[in-house]
Amino acid sequence: MPKYVIIGNSAGGIGAVEAIRQVDSEGPIAIVSDEPYPAYSRPMISEYLSGETSLERMLFRPRDFYRANGVDTIFGKKVSGIDTKESLVKFANGDTLRYEKLLVATGGVPFVPKTEGGDREGVFTFTTLRDANLISSKLENARSAVVIGGGLIGISVTQALVKRDIDVTIVELKDRILNVLLDEEASRIAGQAVLKAGVKIVTNSTVKQITGQPFAEQAVRSVILDNGDEVRCDLVVMAIGVMPRLDAVADSGIKANRGIVVDRYMTTSVPNVYACGDVAEAYDYVLGINRLTPIWPNAYIGGRIAGFNMAGLETEYAGGTAMNSMNYFGLAIVSAGLVTADGQPDCETLYHLNSETNVYRKVILRDGRIVGMAFVNDIDKSGIVYGLMRDGIDVGSFKRALIGDDFALISLPKDLRKERFGISLDSPLYGDQEDLVEELVLE
Amino acid sequence: MKRVYPREEVCIGCRLCEVHCKVEHSRSKDVVKAFKREQSVARVRVQENGPLSFALQCRHCPEPYCVYSCLTGAMHRDPGSGVVKHDPDRCVGCWTCVLVCPFGVLVRDVANHRIGPKCDLCPDRAVPACVANCPNEALVYAEEA
Repeated sequence: MPKYVIIGNSAGGIGAVEAIRQVDSEGPIAIVSDEPYPAYSRPMISEYLSGETSLERMLFRPRDFYRANGVDTIFGKKVSGIDTKESLVKFANGDTLRYEKLLVATGGVPFVPKTEGGDREGVFTFTTLRDANLISSKLENARSAVVIGGGLIGISVTQALVKRDIDVTIVELKDRILNVLLDEEASRIAGQAVLKAGVKIVTNSTVKQITGQPFAEQAVRSVILDNGDEVRCDLVVMAIGVMPRLDAVADSGIKANRGIVVDRYMTTSVPNVYACGDVAEAYDYVLGINRLTPIWPNAYIGGRIAGFNMAGLETEYAGGTAMNSMNYFGLAIVSAGLVTADGQPDCETLYHLNSETNVYRKVILRDGRIVGMAFVNDIDKSGIVYGLMRDGIDVGSFKRALIGDDFALISLPKDLRKERFGISLDSPLYGDQEDLVEELVLE
Repeated sequence: MKRVYPREEVCIGCRLCEVHCKVEHSRSKDVVKAFKREQSVARVRVQENGPLSFALQCRHCPEPYCVYSCLTGAMHRDPGSGVVKHDPDRCVGCWTCVLVCPFGVLVRDVANHRIGPKCDLCPDRAVPACVANCPNEALVYAEEA
């Protein structure tokens, strides 16, 4: 019987395995996934669809990862439920697996609104390798596509389709693309780059119907928008967003709102059951509440914290927040925390915009602490800003420098700079100029 | 583990650390060839602000957020040495590591869609080349500071 059972073989599950093995080198681990292959980089399905990367390069860990870590793999098998009273994972084929510690890292499922004609062949989602393969096999005989949703998934699939010479129209419900991640300015710059690549963007619009070919009803012919306009296309990608994948925990007694609720130790409402990643509502240090932040790094770090706690090393999750780096259509954009200060009392926004180069830098402060940031085109020092935000450092005394052209570590006040280097106040390396002159004279 | 610590009070901004880093990470190990033929890249860079200067390279953080955040597994930590390493063949240039590096040391190789060469603490040497060749002992290689 495995001591540790992990449902989900992606960022969260792998993070947990690596943490468990740092603490417990022997306790048997079993990792369960309905996908039949080793962990792969889900965000890379865009590069895979475009033909820029291979399956081998998509592997998230080296081929011998599971063997080297003593992990029993149960792949290609679907979990049907969890019996938390008996500590059993139940499979669709009737098998069961007993656990001592369980991690639910089942991720998300694409949100697909009910649409007339949504069941036709040629209507896809885009979150898994299987999706990428299905779309890819359709492209040989396709010239145009409609992508429903101008968020991160929509933009990533659009880039791949453009690289495969497909004409793409993005249909976005709101008035601009990437509206959940970016403010108006950054979103405008992103929109320009997407349009420049020949993509059409239809905003303030939804698809009310997907029509079929006259003599082949099942094949996609077009979409009809809510204003009645028709957009011809050979395929449709539903890229509206993801929802927590909760089917495994239904009727298990594990408390869930939109996602599974976890505390700062990634523990669910049921003892010995943990959750992380896209399926979990974990602590957001910017908002100070639990919420869904379905991004890869938070899944890995949450899984890592869960793994330590499962193995008996009590470790608190510092929290995560919305945080994304986007490198699409020749643009580099990073954003984290609050997108705008609109509707946020006591917030201050500082920004720099060069409308010729489209270099844009913005930070949002509250009580001297960074609570939001966005950098476009000049992102190289954004990590310093993100680090100050994550660590809740008071930046009030040098806040203007954060958005300056020459911002770098050297822009921080000396004490803070030394602290971030890990040089303590009583270290001999913490001399001031005079001390050292004296020391050199004495020598 | 041992890390490189800068002593900004005695850094004279001569950039010899950059020169020796380039040579150490060249194939020829020859200063002229490293610069002219190989276009070897320095993994340490001097920052300046008026009279103040110091050299900065990857800190090999105890909690390497670049490793935890890497979408592909390209950024990883060597389990034995603790050195944070980067495998360019597995990097797709998503720049997530750039967003989470609290020191801003990672350099984007935009043309090749990947992170450029980063500090490896000179695995073939007892003391990294930047530290060994600093004329003013403005870089220190130590367990802790």
